[in-house]
Amino acid sequence: MLDVSDLQTFEHDVLVIGAGGAGLRAAIECSARGLSTGLMCKSLLGKAHTVMAEGGVAAALGNVDRRDSWKIHFRDTMRGGKFLNQWRMAELHAREAPDRVRELEEWGAVFDRTRDGLISQRNFGGHRYPRLAHVGDRTGLEIIRTLQDHAVHKGFGIYMECTALELLTDGGRAAGVLGYWRESGRFVLFKTRAIVLATGGGGRAWRVTSNSWEYTGDGYAMAYEAGAELMDLEFTQFHPTGMVWPPSVRGILVTEGVRGDGGVLLNSAKERFMFRYIPERFAVETAATEDEANRWLAGDKSARRPPELLTRDVVARAIVREVNEGRGSPHGGVFLDIASRVPPGVIRRKLPSMYHQFKELAEVDITREPMEVGPTLHYFMGGVRVDSDTQMSTLPGLFAAGEAAAGMHGANRLGGNSLSDLLVFGRLAGTGAAQYLKGLAAPARIDEGQVADAVRRATAILNREAGANPYAVHEDLQEVMGRCVGIVRSEEDLKVALKELERLKTDASGVKAPGASQYNAAWHEALDLRSLLITAEAVTRAALVRQESRGAHTRVDYPGERDDWQKVNVIVRRGRDGGMETEVVTRPDPPKELAAIAFAAIEDLEAAPA
Amino acid sequence: MVVLDVLHRVQARLANDLAVRWNCKAGKCGSCSMEINGRPRLACMTRMNQYAPAETITVQPMKTFPVIKDLVTDVSWNFEQNRRIPPFRPSPRPAGEDYRMMQRDVDRVQEFRKCIECYLCQDVCHVLRDQSRKDAFVGPRFMIRLASLEMHPLDTVDRIPLIRREFGSGLCNITRCCTEVCPEQIQITDNGIIPLKERVVDRCYDPLLWLSRKLFRR
Repeated sequence: MLDVSDLQTFEHDVLVIGAGGAGLRAAIECSARGLSTGLMCKSLLGKAHTVMAEGGVAAALGNVDRRDSWKIHFRDTMRGGKFLNQWRMAELHAREAPDRVRELEEWGAVFDRTRDGLISQRNFGGHRYPRLAHVGDRTGLEIIRTLQDHAVHKGFGIYMECTALELLTDGGRAAGVLGYWRESGRFVLFKTRAIVLATGGGGRAWRVTSNSWEYTGDGYAMAYEAGAELMDLEFTQFHPTGMVWPPSVRGILVTEGVRGDGGVLLNSAKERFMFRYIPERFAVETAATEDEANRWLAGDKSARRPPELLTRDVVARAIVREVNEGRGSPHGGVFLDIASRVPPGVIRRKLPSMYHQFKELAEVDITREPMEVGPTLHYFMGGVRVDSDTQMSTLPGLFAAGEAAAGMHGANRLGGNSLSDLLVFGRLAGTGAAQYLKGLAAPARIDEGQVADAVRRATAILNREAGANPYAVHEDLQEVMGRCVGIVRSEEDLKVALKELERLKTDASGVKAPGASQYNAAWHEALDLRSLLITAEAVTRAALVRQESRGAHTRVDYPGERDDWQKVNVIVRRGRDGGMETEVVTRPDPPKELAAIAFAAIEDLEAAPA
Repeated sequence: MVVLDVLHRVQARLANDLAVRWNCKAGKCGSCSMEINGRPRLACMTRMNQYAPAETITVQPMKTFPVIKDLVTDVSWNFEQNRRIPPFRPSPRPAGEDYRMMQRDVDRVQEFRKCIECYLCQDVCHVLRDQSRKDAFVGPRFMIRLASLEMHPLDTVDRIPLIRREFGSGLCNITRCCTEVCPEQIQITDNGIIPLKERVVDRCYDPLLWLSRKLFRR
């Protein structure tokens, strides 16, 4: 029998899990508020997925176009999210993003500049004005490095290459976290009264994804197991432009900045097909002809935006349709052409890492030839259900921020709203945790039985004589999700997926990792399977419940948005019988003043900037 | 196909417990640093088709850092060095206004900030690799981090004395090996280390300045 008192143990007021933008920002806030803070992450510090964000951070600074304001950012976000966003979160986000960007500058970030020396901003899909503060096409790197270099001087505990396995609860509130060191395989116990999940998404359940190995849905799974509710998981964003060739790089992201800076999408007949896919809601704000789109790009303020900059869900579906109807590129994508539209020197300066990435990985010179691109699973709009102001989940003491949390983006996220989300809600999760702890006197008790069970489950993978190969089970899962829970879904496919997931759960329960526990990749892979399977099942069940097509969730058997479904969210939680259950909950009516902004004509907001 | 793909295939089929770090697989995070046929490289950006079909490819962990297992090394020393560097401290923001910096003034800082912390420059640096002087020199990675702070238009901290005494700028003998292996093509030596050395020399070894300091006790 394991003696829990023998485990290496750390104590903190708050433990943040995940060291991407949201986790770092949350930890900085907790520490600034005088809390003893710990930050644990699966990789080395500075390697989290935030590093991959390319295009920029959305904030209505109004540096490039003074007509911009938080209200228009808010309106764009709600429209992009098909009005399913939590109104208050979208409001907080739009109001606070500019301050969070300025704060980064105070911490040493060096954004690209305007001619007047202010932070420059670029155009992006769904954003009315140039709004994305950026550093070439490596904005995420700038943000994570700035936060990291700021954080290491704040004196809080940083636990690198340390993976969380299980949230520990005491009487229905957060009490601690059990994890293990990847290097040694030793278990480690964190006693804490508040936990911030900043664990990102779960894209690794799909094969064609822009996500790194870390994105296995750990936060969703741990929150679910601990009894917290998940929400909106049916909304999984397929980014329209991932690489499609060669096969080994399929899914790697091609920034939306390519289109923001003038790149266009072409089918095999060299047609700019996006003009055929403009949704009614966006028709009045989208260019009707190539000529108008070109004038907009050249800075003509009377022209409307090119259709390539419609929201990601629209563009991804259009690409799938073109490919399915036989107008795709040789490797099953479409062409993204910037070479014939922008001089080579400008491309290399504005999109250096795209240039490098295609040159090195695909042997394509994007200043001379078009790229081949297609949709790739990129982002989870859904996640842990949180309070809009405090970021606390339905489990007291458990908070979530960034991609781990639900609500900010509704049915579809706008590009650039993720980096701002991390900063705004990372900070708010920190203030929420501080506020929660203020009203809390008693220390939490660790349930030794829960710890012992988790340790036993983890070590069984190493100890059993034989079993399935964890990599093979993971590949199997990716194939199922790609085939049955892709961009276009149907009841039939989703039910097949559920059946396959049952089989995969059985397979996963008997996997074997050969070798010892020190830096054992097979063991790590096997331990992540549980999170992946819970995440995959939650997405599938939620997708089955929502009988409409909205944003990133498309059902062939229920085409089009349905008003009834705009009034509800789909919740996933663990039922009393231990199985996964779903519930459709009604959303409160939006505050009147926010609804007025969201549904206003754009001219009215431009006339009266806040 | 790149070397990292091959390692993943080996991991999935032949040696399940093979230890290798990776994240983004697109040359942006700097996790999969190793020595491939003796050259420090990112495995995710090293294409297989540059090698002859029958050629044996060797992969080794970075030599400058202690091996944990297989291709994974203990790079914690680097994180310790980073923490020693006095942080950015900006001049106060003009009341009610935004900071202004001209693009041409931040171009050189942005070059240094492209660094993905792969530590390949640290791996290849003679001072760290062959002379084992981790006690005296922070290495090229942190020299360019220092340069990015020193050349930041808003920063107010003076790190020049520390760059000489604590961080060992004099130990670099400008062989430019670090620049050669940098996957981000940062001109580490020419744009980063040499200007820092010049600032150190100007401050500490200029005979006229030295004399004027003696005379006027500046």
